[in-house]
Amino acid sequence: MSDIILETRDLTKHYGGVHALEGANFTLRKGEHVAIMGDNGAGKSTFVRQITGVEQRTRGDIVFYGKPVSFAGPLDAREAGIETVFQTLALADHLDVADNLFLGREKIRFKLGPFSILDYRAMRDATLAALEKTGVKIPNIHNTIERMSGGQRQCVAIARTATFHSRLTIMDEPTAALGVQETAQVENIIRTLKEAGEPLILISHNMRQVMDLVDRIVVFRRGRIVANLKKEETDGQDVVAYITGAKTQPEYEGAA
Amino acid sequence: MANTAHGIGGLKYDPKKRTKPPELNVFMALVLIIVTFEVLGWLIYRDSFLFNTRDNVDAIFNWARINIIILQVSIIGIIAIGVTQVIISGGIDLSSGSIVGATAMIVMSFAQTELVNGNPNPKAVFGAWAMDLPVLVPILVGLACGLIAGCVNGLLIAYTRIPPFIATLGLMVSARGLSKWWTNGQPVSFPTEGFAALGKGMMPVVYFIALAILFHLILRQTVYGKHTYAIGSNEDAARMSGINVARHKVLIYTIAGMLAAIAAIILSSKNLTAQAGMGVMYELDAIAMSVIGGVSLAGGRGSIIGTVLGALIFGVIISGFTFLKLDAYYQEMVKGAIIVGAVVLDQWRQRRTAARM
Ligand SMILES: Nc1ncnc2c1ncn2[C@@H]1O[C@H](COP(=O)(O)OP(=O)(O)OP(=O)(O)O)[C@@H](O)[C@H]1O
Ligand SMILES: [Mg+2]
Repeated sequence: MSDIILETRDLTKHYGGVHALEGANFTLRKGEHVAIMGDNGAGKSTFVRQITGVEQRTRGDIVFYGKPVSFAGPLDAREAGIETVFQTLALADHLDVADNLFLGREKIRFKLGPFSILDYRAMRDATLAALEKTGVKIPNIHNTIERMSGGQRQCVAIARTATFHSRLTIMDEPTAALGVQETAQVENIIRTLKEAGEPLILISHNMRQVMDLVDRIVVFRRGRIVANLKKEETDGQDVVAYITGAKTQPEYEGAA
Repeated sequence: MANTAHGIGGLKYDPKKRTKPPELNVFMALVLIIVTFEVLGWLIYRDSFLFNTRDNVDAIFNWARINIIILQVSIIGIIAIGVTQVIISGGIDLSSGSIVGATAMIVMSFAQTELVNGNPNPKAVFGAWAMDLPVLVPILVGLACGLIAGCVNGLLIAYTRIPPFIATLGLMVSARGLSKWWTNGQPVSFPTEGFAALGKGMMPVVYFIALAILFHLILRQTVYGKHTYAIGSNEDAARMSGINVARHKVLIYTIAGMLAAIAAIILSSKNLTAQAGMGVMYELDAIAMSVIGGVSLAGGRGSIIGTVLGALIFGVIISGFTFLKLDAYYQEMVKGAIIVGAVVLDQWRQRRTAARM
C-alpha cells in the first residue's frame, strides 16, 4: 500500500450514446487537495457520481485506500468514508436543518431496527455545534429547507459534510450560490480539512479559489482528462487554455 | 458570532413566532363545517346538529350522533393511516379497498362456527377442521394476507419501477377478483363469538385511536418516519444520503397492506359477515381523508393528526347530510367534490410555497 488514496483507471460512463466520461485516469494522494475544472458538461459531476456509487460506471476500476471498490450505492461510499456535497445538494426540502444533517445516519435514543427512536435533542445540539464551527448563517434550524435561500441550502449541505470525519471529501461546486462572506467561510472549512490532513476533491469554476486552495488541478474537457497541473507550475491563463481546448498536455494527446 | 435562542450568525430570530402547524387549518375547517350544519339545522328543522335537544337525555352534546360520526370513519380511518404514510413517501395506494375485500373473505373463512342454532353452518367454506378455531387464527391469517398484498405492492414499486398508481391499480383489480373467486361470490358468515367480539360496539374506534397514536409516534419519532418524509420530499436526496429507498418502500407498502387487513378483520367482525364487494371505494375515501387532512399528493408533507381530522371532516359531512335529510346520492356527489376540492387546495398550497422560494 502506497500513499495513494484514490485511483481511477479508465473510468468511463456512457449515458446511452452520450460519452459523458471517457477513460479517466486519476490519482489522489494522502492529504492532497485537488481541484477538478472544466466547462459545463465536461463530465465533472459524472466523475463524482461514479466514485460515490450514485451511478454504476460503464467500465473502469476505482481503487480506494489500496482496495478495488465498487459501491452499490451512496450508502456504501459513505460507509467507506467518502463525504460528498453534491451539485444538486441532495437535501430533503420538507425537513429541517438537523434532519438533513443527519439524514441516513440519525442519532438514536433506542435501537429498534427501522423503528429506532430518534434522539432529536442530540441531533439538534450537534447541529448547532456544526453550524457554529462552520460559521454558517441560518436564523432558525427548525426551518425547513424549502424556506431557505439558495446559499443557506448550500451551507447546510456543506455543514453536513464537514460534521463527519471522512477519509475523502468531495465538493461539487460548493460555493456556486454563495455570497462573499459565505464563500470565505467555506474556503476556511476547506483549509481546516487541509490542516487536518483530510484529502479533498474540489470541483469549482472559480479560478482564484482554486489557485488559493488546492495543490493540483485536473482539467476535464468533453468527458476526458486533458491536463494534470501542479499549482506551482501553472497559472490562471494556462489553465483556461486547457479548459477551452487551446492546449492539451502531451500525455493526454490522442485522448481528446 | 452572536447566538440567539436558535439563531446563529447574528440573524434575528424570534422563537415565539414559530410557524403554526398546518393541522390548525384543518381543525378550523372541521369547526367551520360543524357550525355550518348547526346553523342549517336550526334554520331548516329547528334542531341542533351537535347539541342534545331531547329532554329525556341528560347531556350537553348529542353523543349518539358524535359516536356514529366517529364510528363510521374509524374503519376507513385505519386504512387512511396506512395510505397517509404511503402518500407522504410520494406514492399512492389504490389497492386498499380490494385488500379489505379479499382479506375479509379469507379471514371469515377461518372464523366460522360449526353449528348455527344447532344446525351445521350453512355458509361453511372449509370442512370441520376450520370450524371454531381460536380467534388468534383468523387474526393471524388476516395479517398475513395484508402482509403479502402490501409486500407485492412494495416489491413491484421498489424493484420494477412501475409507478405506484399502476402497481396498486393492478392489485386493486386482482384482489377484488380473488375475493369473488374465493366462494364464487357467496358471502361468508356466522363467525365464532370470539371473532364477533373483536369489532363489537365502539371497538373500531378504540383500534382507530390506538393505531393513530401509534403511527403518529412512528412518523414523528422514529427513523422509519424520518425516512418516509425524506423519500417523499426528495427521493434522489434520500438515496444520496444513504437511505435504502427500495427497502424502505417495501416496508411502507407492507405496513399499508397490513393496516388495510386490520380494517378488514374489524369490518367483517362488526358486520358478522364477509362479502366479495366489501371495501369497494374505500381506497378513495382513505385517500380523500388524507388529502383533506393536509397530506400532499406530491409527497413530503402531512401528518396522522391531519388525517384523523380529515377523517372527522369526512364523517361530519356524511352525518350532516343525513341530518339535513339529503339523499344518499347527493352525499356521493358531494364526496367527489370534496376530494377534488382538497386536491385543488393542495396544488394551491404547493404553488404558494414554490412562489416563496
Ligand atoms: N443522467 C444523464 N443522462 C444523459 N446524459 C447525462 C446525464 N447526466 C449527465 N449527462 C450528460 O453528461 C455530460 C456531463 O455532465 P456533467 O453533469 O458531468 O457535467 P459537469 O462537468 O458537471 O458540468 P457543470 O459544470 O455544468 O456542472 C453532459 O453533456 C450531460 O448532458
Ligand atoms: Mg456538474
